[in-house]
Amino acid sequence: MARPKNPSVGRRNFLKGTMGGAAALVAASHPAPAQQQEAVRSATAAVVTQEKDPSPTVEVLTADHPGSDFMVDVLKALGFEYIFANPGSSFRGLHESMINYGGNQNPEFITCCHEESSVAMAHGYSKIEGKPGLVFAHGTVGLQHASMAVYNAYVDRAPVFMVIGNTVDAATRRPGVEWAHSVQDAAVLVRDFTKWDDMPVSLQHFAESAVRAYKIATTPPTMPVLLVADGDLQETPMRPGEGPHIPKITLASPPQGDSGAIDETARLLVAAENPVIVADRCARTPAALKLLVELAETLQAPVVNQYGRMNFPSAHPLNQTERSRAVIADADAILGLEVWDFWGTVNNFRDQLHRTSRPVAKPGAKFIAISSTDLNTKSNYQDFQRFPDLDLSMAADAEATLPALIEACKRLLTGDRKRTLEQRGKKLADAQQAARERVLAEASYGWDASPISTARMAMEIWAQVKDKDWSLVSNNAWAQRLWAFDKHYQYIGGSGGAGVGYGAPAALGAAVANKKHGRLSVNIQNDGDLMYAPGVLWTSAHHAIPLLTVMHNNRAYHQEVMHLQRMANRHQRGITTAEIGTTIKNPNIDFAAMARSMGVHGEGPITDPNDLGPALKRALDAVSRGEPALVDVVTQPR
Amino acid sequence: MRMLLTILCSSWSLWAQTPAAAPPGNPQNGRKLFENYGCYQCHGREAQGGLGTGPRLGPKPIAFTAVQRYIRQPTGQMPPYTAKVVSDKDLADIYAFLQSVKQPPPVKEIPLLNR
Repeated sequence: MARPKNPSVGRRNFLKGTMGGAAALVAASHPAPAQQQEAVRSATAAVVTQEKDPSPTVEVLTADHPGSDFMVDVLKALGFEYIFANPGSSFRGLHESMINYGGNQNPEFITCCHEESSVAMAHGYSKIEGKPGLVFAHGTVGLQHASMAVYNAYVDRAPVFMVIGNTVDAATRRPGVEWAHSVQDAAVLVRDFTKWDDMPVSLQHFAESAVRAYKIATTPPTMPVLLVADGDLQETPMRPGEGPHIPKITLASPPQGDSGAIDETARLLVAAENPVIVADRCARTPAALKLLVELAETLQAPVVNQYGRMNFPSAHPLNQTERSRAVIADADAILGLEVWDFWGTVNNFRDQLHRTSRPVAKPGAKFIAISSTDLNTKSNYQDFQRFPDLDLSMAADAEATLPALIEACKRLLTGDRKRTLEQRGKKLADAQQAARERVLAEASYGWDASPISTARMAMEIWAQVKDKDWSLVSNNAWAQRLWAFDKHYQYIGGSGGAGVGYGAPAALGAAVANKKHGRLSVNIQNDGDLMYAPGVLWTSAHHAIPLLTVMHNNRAYHQEVMHLQRMANRHQRGITTAEIGTTIKNPNIDFAAMARSMGVHGEGPITDPNDLGPALKRALDAVSRGEPALVDVVTQPR
Repeated sequence: MRMLLTILCSSWSLWAQTPAAAPPGNPQNGRKLFENYGCYQCHGREAQGGLGTGPRLGPKPIAFTAVQRYIRQPTGQMPPYTAKVVSDKDLADIYAFLQSVKQPPPVKEIPLLNR
């Protein structure tokens, strides 16, 4: 048989050529067929040439340049800093290439203890860093573990880039477990809640699909994407001189709203007596925060922050989040910026035996939505919410649309109108100040209670962090009400899909991103969430990720306690039993001891509010040394 | 959900106003019932209110008759507590507990709330 022009040995051919591992070793004294010898020599040319006396009967067991090396080149070109992964044999080639060929730098391997944690870490990382986090996982068992976190990222419109291992060719799979870890169509498991996926069959295909996936993930609406890295493709040696092309990485400009719709929106907002701006997942980048301030000040309009992202400074006089119901009820024009649930924003829904709803906005109020979600909506999972009665809808990225909208509003403002709007702004500032005083008064109730009130906990933390460059990498309502937020990285929004188990790993992923900026990452952590995958504590210690975790330990899946109570009351039986199956007591978990067992500084459990400040100081000392620390605070329910 | 919870709080915002004549009750037993019957779940163990779940109930609760009317036939999100599950006597004890809740110090006297 003639020598191929581009001789190469895939894993399949390699095994055929050598008659397979043990058999080949047993038969080592027999001359190998000429074709096999040729193929083996070609594939391992670099190795063979270094050997003084290559024996034709010696099985070739090494290769210099597996395909996974090139995959590393591609991933490096995309600028990933970290890989969040639990190790798995289906991507062993890629894993080895990354740490040896790639030097375990850019990206660096972050060892996770569960694939759900891997994806949630990438999710949290993406919201601080503004670009996708990278995840490696098994295509089967790993992706099944990861799927809940993928769904969270999808609903939260957060970009995550996943590479999963799989072995498509049944003839090359190892008997046993590798069959259980192989799948015809790996991505189908999460296709309903990812934006795009592919299964490349060549290295060139991998390069193009990786760049394509990155571009798709980062184009609003940003979402998770997935690539399958076939096992054979990873482990097959590259042909000598083979050099697939990595396409030029040019990201898409985010889609801006139609100019006519922008002008009409500006006309409605400038003419309105009581316009309201509602922002949810609006601020993809720090730029949006400044733009939203400019729009609000241009219109002297109240802003309601629904906290999908850090959209608007909390102390700004136009921030009327505390008065959201009042300003929405009075509004004659409501502009929703990446609002996840517009219908729920302008309607009241009552969860009684007979579910009812009623509008909370005035009849005739104009509803305007700018949302990139309209550009990519799927059918199976129902996260798109109830359909709102919109008067104007722009399928566009809100942040990208803000500059044109601001300019359109400014063009319409006359001197008289500006003076009128200034008066409105002064009233709103007064109302905001009054609301602030009410919030502080509310926080004072139960101040000395044990279990510790959540308001007290929030303010004890605030006292320790407010003079530092802090970043709240979790969701906490009292902190939202009481702390002074004015930077984009100071808040990362929620989970998206409300899948429990997101909080702890997302906080850690965000802390990974904050580390290089020297920021103090603060995580107010729910107990039930941490118990989904407490291995994140070990990850934080192993990789020396500075993070202050303060447990909001109400010893329950408290949302579910309330749901059970609702059912028990409705059925008029067993109202004292709502804690069965919903609480995390008997025994109580010692989170500080659990943290210490994994190398994390642990304090608590703290039940006396007067002990909290000193415990936080000790924990922050550890964090300032670059370590993670946890303070277990036994709290009121909410 | 965020909006629903806000509405829930607002719909009960008149609860903590002025005390009114009420049947005699046992505040110690009322505190136990407040926990056992799950009132604390939404309103906090000290009746201080819960964020997004339920308003503050004490100190200075609204009139007993208004409390009674509301828990039997709530117009907001609160689940109904009928007489079958919370007797008028138990409710009187719970109300006595709400009346016994102490007023916190003024905000200006709490250093952490003045930063």
